[in-house]
Amino acid sequence: MQEGLDDGPDFLSEEDRGPRAVNVDLQTDATLQVDISDALSERDKVKFTVHTKSSLPNFKQNEFSVVRQHEEFIWLHDSFVENEEYAGYIIPPAPPRPDFDASREKLQKLGEGEGSMTKEEFTKMKQELEAEYLAIFKKTVAMHEVFLCRVAAHPVLRKDLNFHVFLEYGQDLSVRGKNKKEKLEDFFKNVVKSADGVLVAGVKDVDDFFEHEKTFLLEYHTRVKDASAKSDRMIRSHKSTPDPQEGLKSLFFLKVSELFEKTRKIEARVAADEDLKLADLLKYYLRESQAAKDLLYRRSRALVDYENANKALDKARAKNRDVLQAETSQQICCNKFDKISESAKQELIDFKTRRVSAFRKNLVELAELELKHAKGNLQLLQSCLGVLKGNT
Amino acid sequence: CNKMIITIYTSHIYKSIKTCHMHFKILARTPLILPSLLLQTSLSVFRLQDFSVKRRFSDFLGLHSKLASKYLHIGCIVPPAPRRALWVRVKVGKEDQSSNEFVEKRRCALERYLMRTVKHPVLLKDPDLLQFLESPELARAVSTQALSGAGLMRMMNKAADAVNKMTIRMNESDTWFEEKQQHFENLDLQLRKLHGSIESLVCHRKELSLNTCQFARSAAMLGNSEDHTALSRALSQLAEVEEKMEALHNEQANQDFSLLSELVGDYVRLLSAIKAVFEHRVKTWQKWQDTQILLQKKREAEAKLQITNKPDKLQQAKDEIKELELKVSQGERDFEQISKTIRKEVTRFEKERVKDFKETIVKYLETLLHSQQQMIKYWEAFLPEAKAIS
Repeated sequence: MQEGLDDGPDFLSEEDRGPRAVNVDLQTDATLQVDISDALSERDKVKFTVHTKSSLPNFKQNEFSVVRQHEEFIWLHDSFVENEEYAGYIIPPAPPRPDFDASREKLQKLGEGEGSMTKEEFTKMKQELEAEYLAIFKKTVAMHEVFLCRVAAHPVLRKDLNFHVFLEYGQDLSVRGKNKKEKLEDFFKNVVKSADGVLVAGVKDVDDFFEHEKTFLLEYHTRVKDASAKSDRMIRSHKSTPDPQEGLKSLFFLKVSELFEKTRKIEARVAADEDLKLADLLKYYLRESQAAKDLLYRRSRALVDYENANKALDKARAKNRDVLQAETSQQICCNKFDKISESAKQELIDFKTRRVSAFRKNLVELAELELKHAKGNLQLLQSCLGVLKGNT
Repeated sequence: CNKMIITIYTSHIYKSIKTCHMHFKILARTPLILPSLLLQTSLSVFRLQDFSVKRRFSDFLGLHSKLASKYLHIGCIVPPAPRRALWVRVKVGKEDQSSNEFVEKRRCALERYLMRTVKHPVLLKDPDLLQFLESPELARAVSTQALSGAGLMRMMNKAADAVNKMTIRMNESDTWFEEKQQHFENLDLQLRKLHGSIESLVCHRKELSLNTCQFARSAAMLGNSEDHTALSRALSQLAEVEEKMEALHNEQANQDFSLLSELVGDYVRLLSAIKAVFEHRVKTWQKWQDTQILLQKKREAEAKLQITNKPDKLQQAKDEIKELELKVSQGERDFEQISKTIRKEVTRFEKERVKDFKETIVKYLETLLHSQQQMIKYWEAFLPEAKAIS
């Protein structure tokens, strides 16, 4: 009976520690294994310790670690995107920026309000907020790790030079974040891309729905968390209505508030689990499907370029001017298009396989966790009712 | 041992052009032998086991105002009637969900009100109450707007304010009253806080239900666009589960409200009635004291008159003093009586309160239990679908 009831404030049990395989189905490959062995949260940044184990000859040692920050991950991701050679592959989506602002704000507010609540309340809230902070922290570590693992598992990307530098180079990579001009350039590139996006065909618009999911699911979990916070307030009020005269009644209310306390903890775990299994899953596939879309876009672009090159060649032949130049240009475009098409097909098939298996795993785990918690709640309610009814 | 059980049914709604009336049918079951007012016999006869009459909402308010005017000032805790809503949104003709909810809420409140009233041993013997329960025709309550629950509360609060403004504080010789007043004041604060929390719980659960509904729809759409058949089916099933969860959350929110929120609300209002009763006691004491002071003054005046030679005035003074002496004794008796009554009432109230809360909470926990059982059923049905994805 106790297995379902965790009295500790830690929302993530140890079994959830390794979400590296949660969203991605990866074969562990002895030739190159990457993981994040440690992470340190400083005031405004997070320092990840990237640990590599490899038997490849490219590296100086078989096992080594470096410290990296979020910007360096982004730099690596962007270098893949900008590399023409990789136009035919789904580039693993970049991990989201670590965002502790909300959590940090809450902790700060708590500190300011320390005087206005009892020591017991303060300690409890502090523990909860710390657990929340820890959960966010663990998640961001997991996201960064998944990115690296996806790269390491990809037959082509794992050989990328920048990737090796990222893994091995002991010093800071000094990748400054994009300056204003570069950010503006990116913005325009994106505008062009969305206009061109009409060219993309053959992939169902799963993304709009993913976007849908993400928004509503995020709200849903805020509400579940809120609801559990509110039922906690109710318990606190409930707890403070004992009647000094009627000892029996005190016991009654005490039992009830104990019950609500426990069920609230379970509800909080439900919210955390749903967040992990459902929300994160959908968020990740939102990003991956965007990457897949990008691939298709590149392919379409290549096709358009090829068609344009054909037209230019016909024109050149008709005018009998610069024919050789047009021919070479056409040949390049043709090769590029063929190359992309070939790898794109395989990539998309792999993507589907990964997606289906990730959904399966997470949906099964979600259902199992929901059942576990519902049964836990049920047991609590049954035992409480048993006590209350017996206590006439 | 009073076991009268009141059930209230809503009767047909008249659809007149301007107004819309709701009738409540009161079904009272009692194993008691009640003196019948109507038969006007001196013997108690068995009344019908079930007797039912039709009443309007204003009739209930009229009943309460009569009982309050008769019994509050002698120390009985008269249960407050349900409040008159600021606006009544009963849509004529339409089977509107919000007006159905409103009617149901009112029906429950009236039922609870009447049950509490008939459980009171003193009030049950009151002829007005008996007439209310038995008489097929009832004189329409006059100007119940002014005498509505809210109106009465306002009057009582005004009286309470007047009492508080008096500079002479009561010399409380009996610490029991002080303790009890403090106790009720604390209880009031806590119940109000609790009420607030429950209301926000209801709010949040309703929001949760809404968001779950939206998510269910999204999941269904996602399932539709998924081209892997097994996954598509699983996602549609997930959408169905979430739809069922939405219904569960909604139902639970309703239970939160109708069981917990209303109970606590009732008790907050009952505590106001108790406060009024305590204040009446202070007023009674004050009256007694004032009469004593007046008596003292008259005695001093009489003493002065003894010296002068005014036999008429002297006799008048002596007569007044005799009258006042009687008044003083009466005042003392009244004060002792109300104190005694309040003690009895409070003891009874506390016992009832414990029972009431306990019963309601057990009922509420049973609804939570049922919810969880349903949840388990739904997820257990979904699990094999998720596992079937290959």
